[in-house]
Amino acid sequence: MTRIELTVDGAKVVDDVEPRLLLVQYLREQLGKTGTVIGCDTASCGACTVHLDGHSVKSCNVLAVQADGAEVTTIEGIATNGELHPLQEAFRECHALQCGFCTPGMIMQSADLLAENPHPTEAQIREGLEGNLCRCTGYQNIVRAVRYAADATSATTDGGAA
Amino acid sequence: MIPAPFEYARPTSVDEALGLLAGSDDAKVLAGGQSLLSVLRMRLNAPELVVDIGRIDALRGIREVAGGGGAIEIGAMTPYHEILASDEIRTGLRLLHDAVAEVGDPQVRHRGTLGGSLAHADPAGDCGAVALALGAEMVIAGPGGERVVPADEFFQDLFTTAVGEDELLVAVRFPGYPGWGSRYEKFVRTAQDWPIIAVGACVRMADGKTISEARIGLTNMGPTPLRARAVEEALVGMTPTAEAVGAACAAVADGTSPPSDLNGDADYRRHLATVLARRAVLAAAGAA
Amino acid sequence: MTTTEEAPATAEAAHDGEIGRDRRRKEDRRLITGRTRWTDNIAPPGTLHLAMVRSPYAHANISGIDTRAAAQSPNVVAVLTGADLADTQGVLANAWPITPDQVAPEHKPIAVDRVAFAGEIVAVVVARSAATAADAAELVDVDYDPLPAALDLRAAADATPENGGAIAHPGLGTNNSARWIFDSGEAGTGGNVEDAIAAARTDGIVIEREYRQQRLIPAFMEPRSVVVDPTGEQITMWSATQIPHITRFLLAATTGVPESKIRVIAPDVGGGFGGKLQTTPEEWTAFAVARRLGKPVKYTETRSESLLAAHHGRDQWQKLTLAARADGTVTGLKVELLADLGAYVALVGGGVPVLGAFMYNAIYKFPAYRFDCRTVLTNKTWTDAYRGAGRPEATFAIERLMDELAVELGRDPLEVRRQNWITHDEFPFTTVAGLTYDSGDYESATAQAVDAFGYEDLRAEQARRRTEGDPVQLGIGISTFTEMCGLAPSRVLGSLDYGAGGWEHAEIRMLPTGKVEVVTGSSAHGQGHETAFSQIVADRLGVPFEDVEVLHGDTQVAPRGLDTYGSRSLTVGGEALALAADKVVAKAKPWAAHLLEASADDVEFAHGKFTVAGTSEAKTIQEIALAAFAAHDYPEGIEPSIDAEVTFDPVNFSFPHGTHLCAVEVDTETGAVRLRKYVCVDDVGTVINPLIVAGQVHGGLAQGIAQALWEEAVYDDAGTLLTGTLADYLVPSAADLISFDTAIRSTPATSNSLGAKGVGEAGTIASTPAVVNAVVDALRPYGVHDVEMPCTPARVWRAIQDGSAS
Repeated sequence: MTRIELTVDGAKVVDDVEPRLLLVQYLREQLGKTGTVIGCDTASCGACTVHLDGHSVKSCNVLAVQADGAEVTTIEGIATNGELHPLQEAFRECHALQCGFCTPGMIMQSADLLAENPHPTEAQIREGLEGNLCRCTGYQNIVRAVRYAADATSATTDGGAA
Repeated sequence: MIPAPFEYARPTSVDEALGLLAGSDDAKVLAGGQSLLSVLRMRLNAPELVVDIGRIDALRGIREVAGGGGAIEIGAMTPYHEILASDEIRTGLRLLHDAVAEVGDPQVRHRGTLGGSLAHADPAGDCGAVALALGAEMVIAGPGGERVVPADEFFQDLFTTAVGEDELLVAVRFPGYPGWGSRYEKFVRTAQDWPIIAVGACVRMADGKTISEARIGLTNMGPTPLRARAVEEALVGMTPTAEAVGAACAAVADGTSPPSDLNGDADYRRHLATVLARRAVLAAAGAA
Repeated sequence: MTTTEEAPATAEAAHDGEIGRDRRRKEDRRLITGRTRWTDNIAPPGTLHLAMVRSPYAHANISGIDTRAAAQSPNVVAVLTGADLADTQGVLANAWPITPDQVAPEHKPIAVDRVAFAGEIVAVVVARSAATAADAAELVDVDYDPLPAALDLRAAADATPENGGAIAHPGLGTNNSARWIFDSGEAGTGGNVEDAIAAARTDGIVIEREYRQQRLIPAFMEPRSVVVDPTGEQITMWSATQIPHITRFLLAATTGVPESKIRVIAPDVGGGFGGKLQTTPEEWTAFAVARRLGKPVKYTETRSESLLAAHHGRDQWQKLTLAARADGTVTGLKVELLADLGAYVALVGGGVPVLGAFMYNAIYKFPAYRFDCRTVLTNKTWTDAYRGAGRPEATFAIERLMDELAVELGRDPLEVRRQNWITHDEFPFTTVAGLTYDSGDYESATAQAVDAFGYEDLRAEQARRRTEGDPVQLGIGISTFTEMCGLAPSRVLGSLDYGAGGWEHAEIRMLPTGKVEVVTGSSAHGQGHETAFSQIVADRLGVPFEDVEVLHGDTQVAPRGLDTYGSRSLTVGGEALALAADKVVAKAKPWAAHLLEASADDVEFAHGKFTVAGTSEAKTIQEIALAAFAAHDYPEGIEPSIDAEVTFDPVNFSFPHGTHLCAVEVDTETGAVRLRKYVCVDDVGTVINPLIVAGQVHGGLAQGIAQALWEEAVYDDAGTLLTGTLADYLVPSAADLISFDTAIRSTPATSNSLGAKGVGEAGTIASTPAVVNAVVDALRPYGVHDVEMPCTPARVWRAIQDGSAS
């Protein structure tokens, strides 16, 4: 067992874990953060995407011990004070999900994408989501949702500056 | 699935890491983990000890080599996204920048490292052919100190490099290529898939008209990354028209032994190499 | 009637705004915040975890299983083999024996003495954690004696013990499971196809082609998971399934546990696409182990296990002969089909090609048709429904053939289709396959699609590229399709030897607070039933959308149902709800009359209110619900409840149709295919929620396009699955697809009061031939007349080389 200390969705956690435990398994099984899901075993599908120190990672491809000292944000930690994150709102508004299994990872990766590029083109959105698979939507409404969130966020920002 | 159990060590210095490697006859080095962890999860490998070098600060960073004529040294544990964010690399080592931009997906590029990829030596990896084409030098630390191995001698076979069991790849040095043009042509079935093949070309023009020097690396055209030296030589002095470059690149697959797999057979790969090489060279020469 | 609006089908619907309204989904809030109930999130206290030991061999006798090392491993509770569970594990049923003499091997959840495909379960390890179960599974030592494996479909079909061909199940003596024939001459629905072909050979055109429908993997995003808790009076199973009701019935039927003692729950289910329309060895094993140990158990597959052992789809060889007159009028079609069942006859696997049998004639009115299908056992993963199930294969065949005919005639492929299709004034139309299409308008859908596509401009660009010898060629692909949805009239299913009916059940409970609880037997796995069904009920009852709660996916809460597949939820399950709502209104009416002191004949219902003509008196349906709860004051002779239940059995299928147009750019130097433009106009009948309909079309297109370009399950010569991870089985990402231009038309169906036709499979069925037709169209100048699916760059390039050489 190895002692790890990290911050998950704003809360400090300290645990002893087996070194082989994957970050996603730690989140789900030990912390009960079942919003983050496991879709594959080759880091292909991106369903398990979370933010590790501010960057998107596939939490099935990171050991829990590697996250020692880090700050982890999951789909369960992005809404603030009961207000949905703009991307959560956008996914609902644009019908960017059907079964919803890929959605946590898709939203977390979209958030990373917009953090790096607040005004992406359609092509940039599609490329930015290349590591996240969805089997239901054909991606069309996901792309639309990311643009919707980008527009909503910039409208808010612009409004604030004015 | 979860990996088989293993012991875990997280050294904070290269010496400590080397000591751990020396003390085990079944250790695996964990860099960014973007290849290794899938292997462990599928239980294709079950080492006794995993040495996580992710906290060795000295292995991370991009710096100009003092007195190196524009040469850049990249710490082995520098993640791809830091390489992509580097202005020095975007301007001075464009081919590397462009190849790194094609690695995996954004999440993989946040975790994956240049050194991890080169040491893993997957022939379909994007960085090997580029390191070869750019004449990179690999800095390897071992029990006897550091040694420098040219890329030509680094890649030895499928998943096999010059890095010994008790050694660690610590940095990669790239000579500067001021004024060269470049293009990384990667051919994939789906965006996220490994390349069927790729060709990296780096070209220096004389007077903007004729090719004075060319460097070409091939991805997934054999068990190791390859360099197309005969084509490089044939291009020298050439005015880069599609016909001329195409004729020179027709020989790009000579002597290669590409794999046959679900994405295509060896003949198809050889053919693709001629097309992609022509396109890469023309683009690098500013003629595309 | 045809409109481009979402035309309400009924007078009542026209008043309220719920039908055709783009309501945001009720399901989404929990899904976007991660507050979900996937089966893998569920673990009762003390849950034990299962790991499956699976055969690496495609075909082998099991000569011994040594479980000792695994059993002694830390945390391990038990290691059980098929023999250990022989009395209780039950069998996996084939619910659709397509012929009385169908040959089918017995399918035990855990193999006992022989394995018939790589991935078959041979033992199960039970441990206190999933990790230690996986560790111990590696220690189970199984001795296999490999047997010859039947792998190639066509070779397997011809194999006999005498000719030395490999037999998938040697005890059966043959790989041929069933032969199923439809002949329009014999059925009296049309002429004799051999006569038509003979005539065409004399003075017409005969097109003969063979097409392969590659093996596909449904690849739903949520891996399958099952939890079984035997604690208490009932055994409760949570499963990532499309079919909780069928699962409960078959568990009871095959294990001897009374149905009343089994509760099956499908909580949030992450996609299915037919892939979770199965009763699985994993479910049956978990059920048997939980009973044996008396403890809750859980099994969640890895993605590799899912790709290997969850049922696959398609995998057919089609031999086709199309006869036409010299003027392009099609006179007959003969289909000779081989369908690969894999190692076992799955739940409805044998019937998948039969579902296609009625669709090969598609939207065309040719007079002679014969369909002759053989289902064949092989030593590969069993196959069953995958989105479209039989209908994509049929549509592919006929739409590819119509293009080939057009090339033969030297005419535009749209023209040839127009010449042969059923015109809008010919509905209802009884087809050569014996179905009666109730409605449709192929002309208008096609005209709209052609216009949106810019067909003429793209043809001009194609001509220019051809003239210029552009290395990047443009191809245009057409698919004018129809499908049969709304499975299905129970009597029809009975006549096809299907093991169940096709009805659906609904219940509406009017709660005293004015809220409405809706219970449906149609269990969703991503389609948005909670939203669409709320709209239907809100519309019919005139209650707020927000006040309707839809309950489903639990046999205790929704005890009657036949689940979700075959685009049936709206047309059958939704209709059941609509009728139940009508029944609520009818039951409420005497209450209203009583409370309003009026004659029932004078009471009218609209917008949620009962009114008496000529007065301002009114009672809302919610007020009546409260009155019925209290039951203090109501007419004699009726029950104190306005709740209603309906079991609806459709009288006909529904027939969505549409025109899909695809443009691709093909790099002739590399073989790379790039999607350039995709336009489709789908007539799905009345639209309840346009947002959901568009989403279904988008997703369907992506899957159909993926069959055309990327996906294929590939086995090596030893029967090992080579596409065993998502790094090898190429599901497209956003970066591989484009934005589609989709439009909806609504010619209402006549088989249900909603006018709905179903939309779940349309995109998948239509898009595959549209894309392949486009790829082949681009390459016609190179002598190419076919590219096998998936049209990989290597295959496309090879086709160009071969075509140019010939």
